[in-house]
Amino acid sequence: MKSLRAFLDKHKPAFEKGGKYHLFRSVFTGLDSFLYVPARTTRSGCAIRDAIDLKRTMSVVVLALLPALLFGIYNVGYQHARVTGEDVAFVQQFLYGLWRVLPMIIVSYVVGLSIEFAAAQLRGHEINEGFLVSGLLIPMVMPVTAPLWMIALSTAFAVIIGKEIFGGTGMNIWNPALLARAFFFFSYPSRVSGDTVWVAGLPDGLSCATPLAEAYQGTPITPGLETMFWGLIPGSIGETSTFCILLGATLLLITGIGSWKIMLSTVIGGAGMALLLQHALPADNPYSHVTVLQHLLAGGFAFGAVFMATDPVTAAQTGPGKWIYGLLIGIIAIVIRALNPGYPEGMMLAILLMNTFAPLIDWCVVQRNVTRRIKRGRVATRA
Amino acid sequence: MILSSHDRRLLLGPLNKNNAILVQILGICSALAVTAKMEPALVMGISVTAVTALSSVILSLLRDAIPTRVRIIVQLVVVSALVIIIDQLLKAFAYDVSKQLSVFVGLIITNCIIMGRIEAFALANKPWPSLLDGIGNGLGYAFILLIVAFFRELLGSGTLFGLPVIPGACYRWGYANNGLMILPPMALILVGIVIWIHRARNKDLIEP
Repeated sequence: MKSLRAFLDKHKPAFEKGGKYHLFRSVFTGLDSFLYVPARTTRSGCAIRDAIDLKRTMSVVVLALLPALLFGIYNVGYQHARVTGEDVAFVQQFLYGLWRVLPMIIVSYVVGLSIEFAAAQLRGHEINEGFLVSGLLIPMVMPVTAPLWMIALSTAFAVIIGKEIFGGTGMNIWNPALLARAFFFFSYPSRVSGDTVWVAGLPDGLSCATPLAEAYQGTPITPGLETMFWGLIPGSIGETSTFCILLGATLLLITGIGSWKIMLSTVIGGAGMALLLQHALPADNPYSHVTVLQHLLAGGFAFGAVFMATDPVTAAQTGPGKWIYGLLIGIIAIVIRALNPGYPEGMMLAILLMNTFAPLIDWCVVQRNVTRRIKRGRVATRA
Repeated sequence: MILSSHDRRLLLGPLNKNNAILVQILGICSALAVTAKMEPALVMGISVTAVTALSSVILSLLRDAIPTRVRIIVQLVVVSALVIIIDQLLKAFAYDVSKQLSVFVGLIITNCIIMGRIEAFALANKPWPSLLDGIGNGLGYAFILLIVAFFRELLGSGTLFGLPVIPGACYRWGYANNGLMILPPMALILVGIVIWIHRARNKDLIEP
């Protein structure tokens, strides 16, 4: 480790102003602060530097994603073995999954990070760690059969149009990973819905529906609740195992990085709406047979509620605002699932919609607070 | 040169620094609606150019005879008469395109560019400069429509003017048309990108 530090220190002058590689200074400082804690202190103004900076936050989220990712990799192999009828060991299933998923992760990181680096160079900004999480989230919300060039295109779209145009990390209106999925979803609809996209290496003529697709087609959901909870069902790579997502949620809640208000209110909103629809819909509607637990375990509901809705940049910031934001995400997601004839899943669209409205919700909450305090002040002066 | 430098500015200015879509952000609605394919975009561009040019000349000729208080009604009568003529011409000679454009030909009446040029230019200028100004603004509008339609049709349908241009081999290698390009949101994003590039090249246009 000492030699690495010495190496960085030795080459530092070349990247400073007037140095040989001055053009690449933000790449160098980015690498430096990625490897070591920067020794910088705030120079002007009154500011508090928390120990938990952007880098630490992002690393914790990546850690929280790991259980779902590792399980997703295994599940890719497991589903492949299940449909092809091969009898292979656990390790082989995992390796098959790794062989399919690793290229997707690499493509997403390479494309996203090169755009971020280029944008930082052009603007003279520093590189930050904002893409570390998005780059991992993007492959996790894709079907495993998504072609790599489509993932590259979706990532580029999300980073350029969704993030850099608005000013980079922290300034984006929509969650970049969901924006990448939305681009993919609307650009290549046949690659992201239907019965043939969720399992890698599906033999010709076979089809393999997700639980939500089954509900959408009006057939009963075949996997039991237990299978859906542990996650051995077809679906996007990271979303299937509610158990692993809950492991990640626990870490996010312990460290205080994910907001419990948003997670809880999303689940309450979704469960309430699912319960309502189960009883309010006529019996010939297939969604009247989908129970609350099935709704919560199926599709991207858990993944969205834990990792997407809680994105600190795009979520509501005020306390009451978080409750409203989460409740509406849950409600809208179930409404899109059950009442919209177009799409089987609604979590992505619900979160993107509420991302758009989060600043408005915050504004209303702040204004309400302001008027209340003005009123209180008036009463006090009168008395 | 046939045109004086002032006249040339009137004609060519709207193609760049005075562009109605890029700088004044007018006529966006139809720019989003008719640009999924090149053919309707071209026909729409020609139609708007014809209406803007002719209505500017006619109203410029009438400008001293119109009482200021009823000028909007007079403008509307002239513009809608021209639009109806265009609509009938399209139905007679280009029925398929007229079908594709559907209500948007009729809606040329409400195109902000036309009323904008009449109000801002034709009512205060002689017929000849008004004609140049009308043609210039119509062409500026058609130019942006064609740029947007080029990318939307090429990437969304793999064709240009209805002719396939992306070789079949690409599709066999796994290339697929981008469905989002056909949808209106992508037209808005493309217009935004064109505005972005235009502002980057003309730094004096960047709003503070």
